[in-house]
Amino acid sequence: MPPILQLSHLTKRFPNGAVAVDDVSLDVAPGEFLTLLGASGSGKTTTLRMIAGFEHPTSGEILMDGRPLTLLPPFKRELNTVFQQYALFPHMSVRDNVGYGLRMRKVPKAEIAERVAQALEMVQLGALGERAPRQLSGGQQQRVALARALVNRPRVLLLDEPLGALDLKLRKEMQLELKHLNRQLGITFLYVTHDQEEALTMSDRIALMRNGRIEQLSGPREMYEQPRTRYVADFIGETNLLAGKTAGSWIAIRPEHIRPAAVTDGPIRLDVTVTDVVFTGAVTRVHTRLASGEPLVLHWPAGGAPPAADARLTVTWDEERATRVGD
Amino acid sequence: MSGTATRRPADRLTTGLWATGGLVFLFIYLPLAVVVLYAFHDASIVAWPFKPFTTRWFGALLEDRALIDAAIASLKLALMATAIALGVGVPGAFALDRLQFPGKAAFERLVLLPLILPGVITGVALLTFFSFIGLSLSSGFPLVPGWPVVLGHGAALTSVVVTQVYARLRRFDRVLEEASQDLYASEWATFWNVTLPVIRSAVLGSALLVFTLSLDEIAVTFFLIGRQNTIPLQIWGLLRRGITPEVNAAATIIFALSVVVIVLWARLTREATE
Amino acid sequence: MSATELPRVTPLDRLRASTRLRTLVGAALPVGWVTILLLLPYLFLFAHSFFRLRNGQLTHELTLENYGRLFGTALYPQTILFSAGIALRVTLCSLLLAYPLAYLLAFKVKRHRNLLYMAVIIPLWVSYLVRAYAWKIILGQEGILNGFLMAIGVIDQPLTMLLYSKWAVMLALIHIYTPFTLMPIYAVLEAIPVSYKEASQDLYASRWATFRHVVLPLSLPGVVAGCTFAFVLSMGDFIAPLLLGGNDSALMVSNLVVSLFGVAFNWPLGAAVSVVMLGMTLVLLTIARGIEDRMNYAGGQGKAMGRGALHT
Repeated sequence: MPPILQLSHLTKRFPNGAVAVDDVSLDVAPGEFLTLLGASGSGKTTTLRMIAGFEHPTSGEILMDGRPLTLLPPFKRELNTVFQQYALFPHMSVRDNVGYGLRMRKVPKAEIAERVAQALEMVQLGALGERAPRQLSGGQQQRVALARALVNRPRVLLLDEPLGALDLKLRKEMQLELKHLNRQLGITFLYVTHDQEEALTMSDRIALMRNGRIEQLSGPREMYEQPRTRYVADFIGETNLLAGKTAGSWIAIRPEHIRPAAVTDGPIRLDVTVTDVVFTGAVTRVHTRLASGEPLVLHWPAGGAPPAADARLTVTWDEERATRVGD
Repeated sequence: MSGTATRRPADRLTTGLWATGGLVFLFIYLPLAVVVLYAFHDASIVAWPFKPFTTRWFGALLEDRALIDAAIASLKLALMATAIALGVGVPGAFALDRLQFPGKAAFERLVLLPLILPGVITGVALLTFFSFIGLSLSSGFPLVPGWPVVLGHGAALTSVVVTQVYARLRRFDRVLEEASQDLYASEWATFWNVTLPVIRSAVLGSALLVFTLSLDEIAVTFFLIGRQNTIPLQIWGLLRRGITPEVNAAATIIFALSVVVIVLWARLTREATE
Repeated sequence: MSATELPRVTPLDRLRASTRLRTLVGAALPVGWVTILLLLPYLFLFAHSFFRLRNGQLTHELTLENYGRLFGTALYPQTILFSAGIALRVTLCSLLLAYPLAYLLAFKVKRHRNLLYMAVIIPLWVSYLVRAYAWKIILGQEGILNGFLMAIGVIDQPLTMLLYSKWAVMLALIHIYTPFTLMPIYAVLEAIPVSYKEASQDLYASRWATFRHVVLPLSLPGVVAGCTFAFVLSMGDFIAPLLLGGNDSALMVSNLVVSLFGVAFNWPLGAAVSVVMLGMTLVLLTIARGIEDRMNYAGGQGKAMGRGALHT
């Protein structure tokens, strides 16, 4: 199936010389949940804003269904955005907020009323139509913002770190809800976040961005288990990075794959000294130090008693679990 | 004052503070109270002691043809000045907030000048300008009190609108405009449906302010006025000749109107910060 | 793209150019208006100070004689200094009156604070003439104060030196400009987080010490703004001197300007005096802004001067 959205050599250079997005090319498949992941300054938000139409690219093209989008103002693009701080219009009720896009497109009033009611039901806010935005909690405002975008039945939904202001429990609930909506409605979701766990939870594919470029584009499992560079290995999940034999090469091994060596284990054996033992509920993290001074963190197998500080251990892992990565 | 169950031992510092503050407050208000009081003075000369009570001076106002003409002229002037100030000031505020153009810094400074300089200087400057371009001070009479004074008020008071609306714009979150465009509203539709309603209180508030300031304007008006006096200048004339309580009556009315306007303005601008 | 090809104008370039064009058009009205009706008049004033007056007729010949007369004749520098002196005294008194009230409102008034603040500010919007005139009633020979003092037997004859003197002018100016001085001070005081005072007291500072070391320094930008306003405006005031000054009525600088543009009909000289006033004011404002910048520890709250100018 042809991609619904295509970014072609997209570049954004700001007047002060900073290059926010550097020659980014990307195809988005229809219906997929694709996340632009990265630290602040990586260019993910700028990329999203260019797709939405709030920034002009310095060069490059954006195509939707094969047609160029680049010169169109935002109000002529068939996509909608859920903003980081919701951007609900303070002088309008929830109902008027949600119906705004339909009003602007001159949809008949009866239809607006019906679709708005449906949209509010979909985000479980049916009873709050007449409230003003400031009377709602953060989570409720977030859902109004979502309804306001979805009611227009966009082909593509852009989401700019919409869950950042919510507390942990609510955030996790919303992550699942968003995933369901993506599947249910068949709308393509383009999601921006700096939270790698969030990206792993929700995405079909992740584009990890760094300094304006895509460092790696792959599915969550692949990105987790087969990071291609040191940056990716370090960014996604927890990892240990041990200097490889040649300069600029590293061995990445995740803490959950390291265990105390038993007699029956293979040739990989390292002697370590325990420096810290940290209990975090689900997992006990044991921080250790190699003879070379490099740190190594492992997750202590469940059920066993963790070692004391300054204890000495030998640890091991299965060779196929480690990845060799370059810089 | 304090409704707390336990009170700190009465301390002289705080009492002193309250006393001083109270005295200053009185100092600010007593003279005004005197003026209002003597509007009801039953004698033709404003002198001690106060003779209660009459409202004939308010009646005299209604028959003072010159004063009524001045009032009408002042109202016309204020309305026009407000229209000009809004028409130039609102775009000016947007230009300051959103646009980069050559001379922007100079524009910003220039716009503030009439607010900071004594009115005499602005008045005199405008006078030399209008006389140079040959615009007579009575031109446009009787439709307007005179074009120079209308334009002069407009020029001097535009600053009020620019500063108030600009301050509001800086607090305005532009992401609301992006959201509006994201929802298919063109730039004009966005301005109309989102931007303007949100900053409306600042626009209205500054309009009220300009209106009041124009009614009370003396310094600039003094130099630019043509044949027809405005209220302040008319009163000024009365003051120089002799003081009957009629002036007090006029002053009382002006006071009452100003209070109403300012309370309205406060309501409007307070809503904005909520 | 080879070196011999001309750079192509892409649609993106055209989009950017049209945005820039709309920017210029959008700015044209307000900028044009302000240029024509503010910049030009001030420039004309400046120009007029160099024109020559021949036989009572204004000519456009350029000369420096106006400034020569201004600085050469004793009257003018004296008047300017006199006005500055009055303005200084008015400013100091206003400050002494305004600060305690501002402090009271900002820190000690809990209920109805907004209402009381409004009450303090309202007189500012009431006709200026009314306020100046009030003192005429109070201080006159047959006025309130005299009447009151005689009635309680403090004096036998009405005091004549009350009205029509520079003291009356100063009193009226203090009365008029105290709320002006109060506004920026209140604004700054109100913005000081309570936690600063609490932290100071937590660290063993008495209330007076807290005021001296924490509140006062933080309030200085407001003080500077308020005093600058009061000074500039009282120096430029011409109504109060005319109403209340009596024989001293021509002793303020603005009165000079008024008469030079009026009865005395010497526009160039009047313009020269105005230019000097303008220059002094601008210098003062620049100094004040510089002081304010350096003392603006609060940051991010906007300049007290700007807020004062906003009358908010």
